[in-house]
Amino acid sequence: MSEAAAIHAHAPRPMEGIRVYNVKLGMWVFLLSEVMFFSGLIGAYIILRFANPEQWAAPGEVLNVTLTAFNTFMLICSSVTMVKAFAAIEHGDQAGLKRWLLATIVLGAAFVGIQVFEYIKLAEHGFVPMASQYAADGGGPLYGSTFYTMTGFHGAHVTIGVLCLIFTLVKALRGHYTEEYYSGVEIMGLYWHFVDLVWIILFTIVYLI
Amino acid sequence: MPEPASTFGAGIDSIYYIILWITGAIFVLVETALIVFIIRYRHREGRVAAYSHGNKKAEIVWTVIPFILVLFIVYASNDIWLEVKRADQGGAAPADALPLRVVAKQFEWNVTYPGPDGELDTADDFVKRNQLHVPIGRAVRIDLGSEDVIHSFFLPDFRVKQDAVPGMTIPVWFEATRTGEFPLACAELCGLGHYRMRASLTVHEAADFDLWQSQEIAASGSPTGASEIDTERANEAEISEGEESA
Amino acid sequence: MSTTQLLAPNVTAQHWADPSHPDDRPFIRRYIFSTDHKTIGNQFMFMSLFFLLVGGALAMMIRWQLGWPGQPMPGGGVLPETMAPGGILLPEFYNSLVTMHGTFMIFFAIMPLLVGMFGNWLIPLHVGASDMAFPRLNMMSFWSAVPAGFIMLASFVVEGGAAGAGWTAYPPLSAVPEYSGVSTGQQLWCVSLIILGFSSLMGAVNYITTIVNMRAPGMTWMRMPLPIWSLFITAILILLAIPILAGAAIMLLFDQTIGTTFFLPEAGGQPLLWQHLFWYFGHPEVYILILPAMGVASEVIANGSRKPIFGYPAMVGAIVAIAFLGWIVWGHHMFQSGMNPLLGSSFMLSTMIIAVPSAIKVFNWLGTIWRGDIHFHTPMLNALAFVGMFVIGGLSGVFMASTPVDIYIHDTYFIVAHLHYVLFGGSLFAIFAGIYFWFPKFFGRMLSPTLGKIHFALTFVFYNLVFFPMHNLGLGGMMRRIYDPNQYGFLEPLQPMNTFVSVFALALGVSQLVFFFNILWSLWRGEKAPENPWRSNSLEWSLASPPPHGNFEAMPAVYRGPYEYSYPGRGEDFWLQGEPPDGGAVHAPTGGAPVGEGVPQ
Repeated sequence: MSEAAAIHAHAPRPMEGIRVYNVKLGMWVFLLSEVMFFSGLIGAYIILRFANPEQWAAPGEVLNVTLTAFNTFMLICSSVTMVKAFAAIEHGDQAGLKRWLLATIVLGAAFVGIQVFEYIKLAEHGFVPMASQYAADGGGPLYGSTFYTMTGFHGAHVTIGVLCLIFTLVKALRGHYTEEYYSGVEIMGLYWHFVDLVWIILFTIVYLI
Repeated sequence: MPEPASTFGAGIDSIYYIILWITGAIFVLVETALIVFIIRYRHREGRVAAYSHGNKKAEIVWTVIPFILVLFIVYASNDIWLEVKRADQGGAAPADALPLRVVAKQFEWNVTYPGPDGELDTADDFVKRNQLHVPIGRAVRIDLGSEDVIHSFFLPDFRVKQDAVPGMTIPVWFEATRTGEFPLACAELCGLGHYRMRASLTVHEAADFDLWQSQEIAASGSPTGASEIDTERANEAEISEGEESA
Repeated sequence: MSTTQLLAPNVTAQHWADPSHPDDRPFIRRYIFSTDHKTIGNQFMFMSLFFLLVGGALAMMIRWQLGWPGQPMPGGGVLPETMAPGGILLPEFYNSLVTMHGTFMIFFAIMPLLVGMFGNWLIPLHVGASDMAFPRLNMMSFWSAVPAGFIMLASFVVEGGAAGAGWTAYPPLSAVPEYSGVSTGQQLWCVSLIILGFSSLMGAVNYITTIVNMRAPGMTWMRMPLPIWSLFITAILILLAIPILAGAAIMLLFDQTIGTTFFLPEAGGQPLLWQHLFWYFGHPEVYILILPAMGVASEVIANGSRKPIFGYPAMVGAIVAIAFLGWIVWGHHMFQSGMNPLLGSSFMLSTMIIAVPSAIKVFNWLGTIWRGDIHFHTPMLNALAFVGMFVIGGLSGVFMASTPVDIYIHDTYFIVAHLHYVLFGGSLFAIFAGIYFWFPKFFGRMLSPTLGKIHFALTFVFYNLVFFPMHNLGLGGMMRRIYDPNQYGFLEPLQPMNTFVSVFALALGVSQLVFFFNILWSLWRGEKAPENPWRSNSLEWSLASPPPHGNFEAMPAVYRGPYEYSYPGRGEDFWLQGEPPDGGAVHAPTGGAPVGEGVPQ
């Protein structure tokens, strides 16, 4: 009858889940699938590059490492400003929240802008994803197609992030967030740090190695 | 399954029958139990179901037994798999194998024969479309490739199947044990004409194979002289005889 | 500081059902763009059953061609010249048929039935929540699956026809229009699956969050009904596998449209890379298609046997083990692909080991019915058929897992037989069981048991007559996806068997109309469903049929596991999870209004 005892033993008590509120848990779970998405792309990149090393130019030969390093620096800065925005609202600092969100948006938008500029310059030099039209001095078509696919999907993530940040800023301007209620800012931050982290990996394997 | 016509065909079939016996026994056991329980424990007035959450001992037993069975199947299968794929030789065909090249394209098989010198990529090579001819009792090495999409080189009677992937050359080998004409089919969906991408494989006696080869060369106006072919044929006959006696 | 404050609204501030307040949602919010999980579950049911019909119709055409090669199909004259001039199917259309049959059945019928329909129906009710964690996301999940399905369907009428490179879409065939003769259709295939991926992802995020965070007091992990365990693990598989497919499909789409060469060998791309990515997604996908079916079957079998499920912890463990091992077996689809043979050996080992947790499940189902008190209601019949058929599908898988045997049977009808034993004999019988079981709860009407039993008997008999001989066709060497086996002399003797299969395939197809008729008829004319028609235990059976918007009137409490059937000394042979131990009415934990039995109809 020990089973019966176990059945009756406890009055039900609330399930605590994992002590993370729904939206935050949802964002973590979503980011897991994002990890798999970028892992798939990076995995394909590694396989293709190992099979065709001759198609990859030496680092810095085709891609402008200096410009992108600066861009990377900006994106890291935007993560810092995002942290600042979150810290501000945790302490109920409305002005600080708006100021740091705006800074994050400016940095994020600048990142996308520089990336677009880089794409235009590269395309002018014949560095394109199309195998039949690839004409850059170094590397081969797979270099171009993997570059644009990986950085392009990251850029799309940054762009979506900037749009969501603008949405968050509008809500902040309307006084939507308070010291007690700031989940929107927190999950925005999670997404933004994730995108930043992905870029550090992409920058390393696409530009530096 | 058709009767095997290659050296490793019987081995593959034996593991098939081992699995058939094992799974067949499990199948009979489980389905019988299912039917017996369904009849024996069907609802009747006054029947009360047992109140039980399980039995650890029984569960351990039926975890361990399948585990042992599958490990046995893996062990038995792997031996034959490695033999077929010649993994201990790095996948290479036997050294004295007759080298052929088969290149698939929509929707035909192009076979390159080495000609009398027994080597590919020499002047006496010749190409036949949809006709694969091999001698009996001698290993054949096929360098399998594809020009366009993925095809699959399927010789049902020989228990041979290997995808032909564009951009790759994949070695396939087998040794025929029966003469006759056998089908060669494409087993991987390769487009509109997939269903009719068929060819034939003819297994000759060693001497007949050489005869066939010389006729082909003569018909296509080969650069090599007839006397050379004869010597070559004699040599090959010796080799295959040597193999048979060994 | 913040966590507990922020946690509280998740669980306590749910919008519970309010009997004093009529449901005043306007028609559109209530039935079309509804955020109520029950409505979304119903919507998934109707959508998936529609695509099940589409996929079935395609199968009928395939079987016509194989049964009577080159004969004009009755009624085939209505098809355009590009598909079947004079009713005779063209080979290129046949390739589209096999491709789209697989695609529709896997992605738009079985998967949304198991995950979309059962997930939405059951998760909030079984864990005791008022709705999903993210109801609007849930609505978007359904409303992105619909356009994905219709894009796929529309590809039949575009120039060049629908995708024809198989549901596995191996490049280069799928990437280069000159090879397949299909251009737009193949691109729409990619686009549709990418959109469907978003839909599945939204669902998975919702399911995981709801199950982790929204369980009612007392609903511990080991008291969760098995469908919830299986859906939880399935959601994790979807979450991690679908992005891989999406990434691969995007690369394939780029190869098709802008001229990249990821999978094309001309400029160094790798056709096998697609296969690795596809099957890295594809094998977890196989378990996405069977795990929820196992969960549903477990629920129905325990109910039909009036007995606790045998070895609940082992059942949970087996689900987790299958899901974990499912990530390292993908190579068994590629034994003959040119992959290193030594890799083949290791994939054989992992594949064989995955048979063990499946065997545990089968034996535990047998253990459950053993010494039971078996009631043969329609759901139970289908669930028992599920067990019987899954055994065959599982055992035939052992043949393919053995690398040397796979050399011969790979890409033959043996694999077609195997996968249909798992997907039709397994998943679809469990789906039937689940629909018969829960339809009354969600539509308030019983499905006709007479029609249900007729449908079951016909389906079971015809199904086996169709798919069992396919093993023999495969052993006879018949390749899959061939338009006309009679092109080969060695396959000609198999033609009578092919005709036999086709006759019963058509009969199987027609007998499904009984099921569809049963659903339509019962929706309007079925007997009114009581609260708990099957005398079952989980939380939803204490609610009205259908449960009101918001499900429970207050937070339910859970006192025991879900399978407390035939508890000795009780008058009833079932024991609701939410019934307090003193045997009183089902109360909310804080002494709120009774829910369940007391809810007015």
